[in-house]
Amino acid sequence: MKITQKDVEYIAHLARLEVDETLLGKFAEQISTILQYIDKLKDADVSGAPLMSGAALQSNVFREDVVQNSPGPDVTLANAPQRHEDFYTVPMVVG
Amino acid sequence: MNLHELTIEQATTGLNQREFSSVELVNALLERIEKLDGDIGAYITVDPDGAREAAAKADQLLAEGVRAPLLGIPVALKDLLCTKGVRTTCASRILENFVPEYDATVVSMLKNAGAVILGKTNLDEFAMGSSTENSGFHITRNPWNRDHVPGGSSGGSAAAVSARMCTAALGTDTGGSIRQPASHCGVVGIKPTYGRVSRYGLVSYASSLDQIGPITRDVRDSAILLNAICGHDPSDSTSADVAVPDFTAALTRFETDGLKGMRAGIPEEFLSVKGLDPDVEKFFLNAKRALEGLGVEMVDISLPQTDYAVAAYYVIAPSEASSNLARFDGVRYGLRESSAKDLITMYKKTKSIGFGAEVQRRIITGTYALSAGYYDAYYGRATRVRAMIRDDFKRAFEKCDIIISPVAPTPAFKIGENVDDPLTMYLTDIFTLSTNMAGLPGISVPCGFSATGLPIGLQMMATHFDEVTLLRAGYGLEQTLDIKGRFPDI
Repeated sequence: MKITQKDVEYIAHLARLEVDETLLGKFAEQISTILQYIDKLKDADVSGAPLMSGAALQSNVFREDVVQNSPGPDVTLANAPQRHEDFYTVPMVVG
Repeated sequence: MNLHELTIEQATTGLNQREFSSVELVNALLERIEKLDGDIGAYITVDPDGAREAAAKADQLLAEGVRAPLLGIPVALKDLLCTKGVRTTCASRILENFVPEYDATVVSMLKNAGAVILGKTNLDEFAMGSSTENSGFHITRNPWNRDHVPGGSSGGSAAAVSARMCTAALGTDTGGSIRQPASHCGVVGIKPTYGRVSRYGLVSYASSLDQIGPITRDVRDSAILLNAICGHDPSDSTSADVAVPDFTAALTRFETDGLKGMRAGIPEEFLSVKGLDPDVEKFFLNAKRALEGLGVEMVDISLPQTDYAVAAYYVIAPSEASSNLARFDGVRYGLRESSAKDLITMYKKTKSIGFGAEVQRRIITGTYALSAGYYDAYYGRATRVRAMIRDDFKRAFEKCDIIISPVAPTPAFKIGENVDDPLTMYLTDIFTLSTNMAGLPGISVPCGFSATGLPIGLQMMATHFDEVTLLRAGYGLEQTLDIKGRFPDI
C-alpha cells in the first residue's frame, strides 16, 4: 500500500497530530515502505486461526467492589499543565 | 577491589561482611557516572541525593544485622518506570518535566528490598526503537565502541551495566528491548514471561507485549533481581497469579546436574534469515557446541510463521501505541502548547512538539492499521498470525525445553547507520519479537566478540513461566565459555 502526503495529513489528523510540513514527504515515503512490507500479511493463510489480542493467560479478572481511599485532587492534579481549583482547564471546546 | 565492578552477589557479600558500606559503593558508581557519562550518555536523570540517602538507610540496617539479597545494592531504572518524586521522561519531550506521584510496582518492590535507585536511564522515546538513537534528549554510545549504538530500546540500562555505572539495572522488552541491548553491550538480559512482572507504573507502549526485566553483569545477578520483582499484583489485571520459584535454585541445579537431559531446538527458519553476520553465526554455532558439551541434545524444530512475525508485530505494536499514546494530550500531565485557541488545535500542537519522528511514525502507522476499512486486513490479520506464532511455539516446545538463536542478525551497528531507514531497523528484531508475540520468556547471554571487538549474545527461549530452565542453561553456558567478567576498556 502506497500512501500520499495527503493521506499522512489525514491519518495524522485522526490521531490528533500535526506533522511538520517538512516531514510530510519523508513520512509518506517511509510509511509506504513499511506498509508495503506489512502487506505480506495478505499472503499468510490465517484460515481457522483465532484472534489473539493479548498474551495474558487469564481472560478476565474479577475482584470485590471495595471502596478505597482516593489520592485526592492535589495528587491527581499535581502534574496538570493548568488547573482551576479542583479541575483541569482546557481551551475552548465549542466555538 | 574496584567497587564499581562488583556483581550484586559480590557486593552483597562485601556489604554483609562490612568490608565497605552501601554509601561507599554508591559514591564509587556516582564518581564513574560523573567521569564517564558525558561521553556514554546512559542516564537521563541521576539522583545522587536520593541514592546517598537510601544507601545510608541500608547501611543502618546492615549495621543492625539485617541481611537481604538487594539491601544496599545500587540499581538503575529505565526511564519508562514511574518513580515517585523523581522525574520520569520516557525520553520524550512531552514528559520532560513529569514527576510521578507514585512508584511503579517493581520500583516499590526494589525499594522494599533495600535496593538503592541511582537514576533513570536513556531509551528510545517511549521504547520505540532498537538503538536508543530515538531518545528525545541525547543518544547513548556503546561502551565497547563509542561509534556504535548500544542497541535499544533499553540501551541506557545496558550501557550503564556494561560501563560499570550501576551494579544492575531494569529494562523493558516489547520486541527485544532488553535482550538486544544486553547482547550488544556484553551483559545478561531477561525478558520474563508476560504477566510474571507487574506492569503497573510502567508507561505503556504496547500493553500486550511489554514486560519488565533485569539487565545484569551475569546470570546469577539476573536470577537475584528476578526474585525481587516477580509476583502477582492486583494493580495490573494482566499480572499472573502463579507461584514464583527461587530463581537462584536454577544455578544450584546446574551445579549438581549440569544440563543433562535438556533438549534445545533450533528453528530451521532462523538459519536462513538474510543478512546474518558471519561472526554472529560463528559464535551461535560455538555456543551450540558448548551446550552440546554440557549434555544438551539438539533437535530440529520449525517456526513456520517466522516470515510473517515482523510484519504482524509492526501492525500490533504501533496499533497499541496509537491508542496508548493518545493520553498525552496536554490536559492531565506533561507538555501543553498553550498558545492554541481551541482544544483540538491544542492536542495537535502539543503532540507534534512533544513527540519525536519515530513516535509520530508509529502513531500514524497504528492509526492507519486500525482505521475503518483497513482494520481486518491489518490488525485483524496480524492478531490471527499472532495466534499461529503462539501455536508454532507450543508445537516446538513439545520437542524441546529451550529454543536457541542469535539475538540480532549483526553486532551493534554504527550510530546513524539506520536512522533514516525504519524498515531496516525493524527487521533487526526478527529473532526476538516472536517471544513477545507469544508471551514467552527469553534470555540473552554473552557468547563471543566480533572481529572488531563488539559483544555478541546468544538468545534462549522457553515455555511460559519456565525462566528457571533459561537461567540454568544460561548459567551453564556462561560458566563454560571463557568470556565471563570481561569489561569494556573505559
